[in-house]
Amino acid sequence: MKVGLFIPCYVNAIYPQVGVATYKILKSLDLDVDYPLNQTCCGQPMANGGFEEKALPLAIQFDNLFEKYDYIVAPSASCVSFVKDNYPPIMESNNHMSQSSKKIYEICEFLHDIIKVDHLTGRFPHKVSVHNSCHGLRELKLSAASELNIPYYSKIKKLLSLVEGVEIFEPQKVDECCGFGGMYSIEEQAVSVCMGQDKVKNHIATGAEYITGADSSCLLHMQGVIQRDKLPIKIIHVVEILSAGL
Amino acid sequence: MSTKHSKAGEVFLEDRDHASWHNESLWFVREKRDKVSKEIPEWEDLRELSSKIKMHTVSHLDQYLEQFTKNAEANGVIIHWAIDAKEHNEIVYDILQKNKVKKLVKSKSMLTEECHLNPYLLDHGIEVIESDLGERILQLMDLAPSHIVLPAIHIKRQQVGELFEEKLGTEKGNSDPTYLTRAARKHLRSEFLTADAGMTGCNFAIAETGDIVVCTNEGNADMGTSLPKLHIVSMGLEKVIPDLKSLSVFTRLLARSATGQPVTTYTSHFRKPRQGGEIHVVIVDNGRSNVIGNKDHVKTLNCIRCGACMNTCPVYRRTGGYSYTYFIPGPIGINLGMLKSPTEYFDNVSACSLCFSCNNVCPSKIDLGQQIYKWRQDLDSLHLANPTKKFISLGLKFLFTKPALFNTSLKLAPIVNVMPRFVLYNGLNDWGKGRELPVFAKESFTDLWKKGKVK
Repeated sequence: MKVGLFIPCYVNAIYPQVGVATYKILKSLDLDVDYPLNQTCCGQPMANGGFEEKALPLAIQFDNLFEKYDYIVAPSASCVSFVKDNYPPIMESNNHMSQSSKKIYEICEFLHDIIKVDHLTGRFPHKVSVHNSCHGLRELKLSAASELNIPYYSKIKKLLSLVEGVEIFEPQKVDECCGFGGMYSIEEQAVSVCMGQDKVKNHIATGAEYITGADSSCLLHMQGVIQRDKLPIKIIHVVEILSAGL
Repeated sequence: MSTKHSKAGEVFLEDRDHASWHNESLWFVREKRDKVSKEIPEWEDLRELSSKIKMHTVSHLDQYLEQFTKNAEANGVIIHWAIDAKEHNEIVYDILQKNKVKKLVKSKSMLTEECHLNPYLLDHGIEVIESDLGERILQLMDLAPSHIVLPAIHIKRQQVGELFEEKLGTEKGNSDPTYLTRAARKHLRSEFLTADAGMTGCNFAIAETGDIVVCTNEGNADMGTSLPKLHIVSMGLEKVIPDLKSLSVFTRLLARSATGQPVTTYTSHFRKPRQGGEIHVVIVDNGRSNVIGNKDHVKTLNCIRCGACMNTCPVYRRTGGYSYTYFIPGPIGINLGMLKSPTEYFDNVSACSLCFSCNNVCPSKIDLGQQIYKWRQDLDSLHLANPTKKFISLGLKFLFTKPALFNTSLKLAPIVNVMPRFVLYNGLNDWGKGRELPVFAKESFTDLWKKGKVK
């Protein structure tokens, strides 16, 4: 099984430790992990902003780069869901077939569904509040969305519970958006900031020390709010907790 | 970078306490909806069924409309067809004139809002009384609904108290909800008794029987149609459904989705005019038939106007109905506005963080979020794209299609971390108005990998 690591552009530049944690945990599972160089961005920011055609060359570039891998794994639910759900229509309308869509997984999804991890060696003796990112939740279905009448599950919480010492909390309005939304955050900055502040407030109210989730983009947005308003909570990507001690 | 929606939203948020109250009031309704929907084990199957019934009906709309009108006419109902809002208003006025109507009492109808019927009739000398409590409050305030089911959700009871004091002569400073409701009831009773005609919307039109089904909580539609002998129904042509069995799917979904009630207090079927009375049904197209052929947006015709997408929308809850430029706000309103006129209503397309919560609450499974995404793709070709967003997208494409350049940028990015604050945080930086900028890592993941530091 050859796994190609996809480290989204902003994770690469801002949160390289999240990429390192992803690599470490995959490696600890004896997987053949590679990081193909020359990867950039999946194209989601432009497409969500209304410029899907500018994502097309990136989709083709992405497909070529990851052609030789059995699985593509990335620590960012939103980017993964973009490749999975949006690449096919974007590419098909330009006479391409997306090769990546069927083999790309968000790291938690991969550990839970493909590897079926049932024990982890790390310890993380902290209180964490789980942030269900919208695309992780409603597109990748990492947990049961609060709107739906379906049996409850949470792949993220299940994985976290394998780590010794973690105390898991969830905020009120459990899966409400943090207000990031890519260019939404600047086009409607006042509303976006309000959503971010409300979300962070709900996470803080759980008594947690950390907000954790599968999307660094939401975490980045909330971190911006936390730092500006000097709020007493930190952010950490879920894979950093899962790979604790490695 | 801004739109009319984002600017209006910013203004709405200036009174943070009021905005927060608005947010929580609607969230309360969303939670009630969650709770009551989870009491129905087959809830998700019902949503699926509802979506399929609607799509089936829309794809056989000609047949079902014919069947409906044939059966309604056999029941003695008079059918009218209106191609647009203007024709709708003219037909209604014509009926009123022929019946020498001076005063019309209405129950809630978003279609008559869409057609701007009230100002048209007022201009033609007809007195129009809204009888839904929320709508009546707004009519007395000369305001439009800010929500399709909870039209006065943005108004506090103290404001209603002051309004009733002025208009209905209630006690000074009394904003007790029961007291105010009783005052409204007494006031409306006299309007019902003196009206010459009643008008309702139509939640469902049953092809099999010719029934018009109207769902209300206050019984005002029933009062308005029981006292006067003339009943006019304003009906969008997508309101037809095949049969009573299909209706049972929708009545289980509608109130639960809308307000978290198991069912509306009144689900009234109007089939035949009473002796000496008349029922007129005005079936309105007003652009709906064009949507049938629009594969990206045809599902908007599934909408049963429950308002659940508004109650869940984190943007709607924080910006209020008036921040949207179309008369229907929220996720469904963004889409309906664009279908009506992209050049007029494109400002609402920004009002979405693509969280997709609306898709999950929609009782007829409209892909509201995906449709908003699709509208954004259309803006550029309509010359309506925001130039800054376009410029950013072009820049990103330029950068991301050149891996070598991207890698160099990764190396250089940390310079930003040490730039003076005034360079980074100024009026041009919309991110920085309420948030700190992220800090670039000294070594990117790519650098770490190349140096063999990823182990």
